Amino acid sequence: MARKRKPKLAVWKFASCDGCQLSLLDCEDELLAIAGAVEIAYFPEATRTRLKGPYDLSLVEGSITTPEDAARIHHIRRASKTLVTIGACATSGGIQALRNFRDVKDFVSIVYAEPSYIDTLEQSTPIAEHVAVDFELRGCPINKAQLVEVIAAFLAGRRPNTPEHSTCIECKRRGTVCVMVAAGTPCLGPVTHAGCGGLCPAYGRGCYGCFGPMEAPNTQAMSGAWKALGASEDEVMRVFRSYNAWSAPFRAESEAHEKEE
Amino acid sequence: MNQKLTLPPDGLERLFEVLKERGFTVVGPTVREGAIVYDRLASPADLPRGITDEQDGGVYRLKPRADGALFGYVVGPQSWKRFLDPPVKRLWRAERDGADFKIVPEEPDQETFAFLGVRSCEIHAMAIQDRVFTGGEHKDPGYEARRRSAFIIAVQCTVAGGTCFCVSMNTGPRSESGFDIALTEIVDAERHLFVVEAGSPRGREILAALDTRPAEADEMAEAEKRIAKAAAQMGRTLDTEGVHDLLMQNPEHPRWGEVAGRCLSCANCTMVCPTCFCSTVEDVTDISGDHAERWQKQDSCFTMDFSYLHGGSVRASTRSRYRQWLTHKLATWIDQFGESGCTGCGRCITWCPVAIDLTEEVAAIRANPPAGAESIKKGKP
Ligand code: SF4
Ligand code: SF4
Ligand code: SF4
Ligand code: SF4
Repeated sequence: MARKRKPKLAVWKFASCDGCQLSLLDCEDELLAIAGAVEIAYFPEATRTRLKGPYDLSLVEGSITTPEDAARIHHIRRASKTLVTIGACATSGGIQALRNFRDVKDFVSIVYAEPSYIDTLEQSTPIAEHVAVDFELRGCPINKAQLVEVIAAFLAGRRPNTPEHSTCIECKRRGTVCVMVAAGTPCLGPVTHAGCGGLCPAYGRGCYGCFGPMEAPNTQAMSGAWKALGASEDEVMRVFRSYNAWSAPFRAESEAHEKEE
Repeated sequence: MNQKLTLPPDGLERLFEVLKERGFTVVGPTVREGAIVYDRLASPADLPRGITDEQDGGVYRLKPRADGALFGYVVGPQSWKRFLDPPVKRLWRAERDGADFKIVPEEPDQETFAFLGVRSCEIHAMAIQDRVFTGGEHKDPGYEARRRSAFIIAVQCTVAGGTCFCVSMNTGPRSESGFDIALTEIVDAERHLFVVEAGSPRGREILAALDTRPAEADEMAEAEKRIAKAAAQMGRTLDTEGVHDLLMQNPEHPRWGEVAGRCLSCANCTMVCPTCFCSTVEDVTDISGDHAERWQKQDSCFTMDFSYLHGGSVRASTRSRYRQWLTHKLATWIDQFGESGCTGCGRCITWCPVAIDLTEEVAAIRANPPAGAESIKKGKP
């Protein structure tokens, strides 16, 4: 396709495990096409090239956990025409948002030999709490096929096909027998955003909610179903408190099942 | 009336051979992931032997049966729509061609199916989908081709499941028509055989190639007795008397709000329903921008995208989505297609993770029909 100038792509990292940006390197079949279609202007995991902004597309991984990062994301936003968050950390605060439920100073004093060296924010927060985000790609980690879809959609100027309905629809299209009904295995799929393709149920496991809340999550009814299958209050609290613990619906549900200490 | 014949169980081996010789792919029930699903079968050895299913709202379990019955269970999570109207399919591709592009149509698939073990409610479900996909002005050619070529081997139900209510919907358990061959399995201490009948010239031709003998009077009587037993065993009932008006006059019934409190909006009920036909299309382009594809995917009225018009979803609440589903199935389907959209197969009850049961919902609305008409006037969303 004849374009005047290749769009500049930047990949930024905040508090995260790198898994989501590595999904981009993992796109073996499409990686060459991506490298051909965009100019990789900033992607420290892949190249030493560091081109100045502005960037046409910024992919942002990770959550905001330090004062420096809270400032840095504003610079990135100003330098980016389109900003897409990739993964649960950037989109909901990630597993590190577990600290949001406690006093972070308590953790710091237990974990680090020199707590005074640690300069951290009280909470781990998603990018959208700091700057405007154009699109959020879910998942812990993201699904690389969905990442390619988001980039292809950006290049074509169309909306990505990343439906927000339940994971159950993916199970049924795939032909997976429901583990909840046929095996009595508790599953978060009915309240979880589609995107993984119904991976865990296809291997006989309940869904862990990696893609966060779906468009209309009835978490209360979900907890009721878990308890009917034998889950304790504590288990229900914990299952909502994982990679997407700080997303509003999962957070409210885990808090509803948390015992007062 | 058709002459009834008797087929020994090893006659099924020959049936598979005859069907394969004629180019059919045999699809039928088989055990996978703790359930009886429909899949391509190599031989009768793939059928679930000596297995039954226990079903209730939100619960499905396989259990052994003391006899070696091959069809001693009812319907599972899948239906034949998986083969007649595949849940994910590419409609066409487009290739860039200089400044223009060309459309590459999808090749029609060559597979012709023989469906083995089709239950009466499922034959009715196919007839309902026929009206949807081939009855109007806009036909689905893929569906039409697959459906027309499919060879239907019905199995008369001799047990009913915990969520079955075909008797209420007048769709079973006995298949009266719509099949090429129908089998009734008789299995007890002394014998294991099928009473068979043909329902079409194709069916007669296939039966002629099998090793059958005329059925004895007591065998035919036993087959009837077993079907009658299934009819008496219905796990659920639905009072259909005036159900169209009952639902249409109660759009503001408090029960809709109550069920919305329990409903996950997960869409399982619509995905498993053998008559639900909705789909969405996704257009995708690749990174190069030189290739585009249009895909059709099974969709559900429980998603927000389903009723998305510019600015938002028309049915933004679970209450309105559940109400849409149930009133379409049991009421507006009649306005649209001249018959109910429900066959009483019970799948939506069994495969709902929170055991929401349409027969209970209708009964609750019927038991207490309050001032629906007044609130229609108020025009609440
Ligand atoms: S296995 Fe889980 S995600 Fe899949 S249909 Fe059942 S409840 Fe939904
Ligand atoms: S609903 Fe009727 S026809 Fe369908 S499986 Fe149950 S008993 Fe058989
Ligand atoms: S509405 Fe339920 S019982 Fe009726 S045909 Fe659909 S799945 Fe079967
Ligand atoms: S009725 Fe049951 S299966 Fe259907 S959307 Fe609601 S919870 Fe899901």
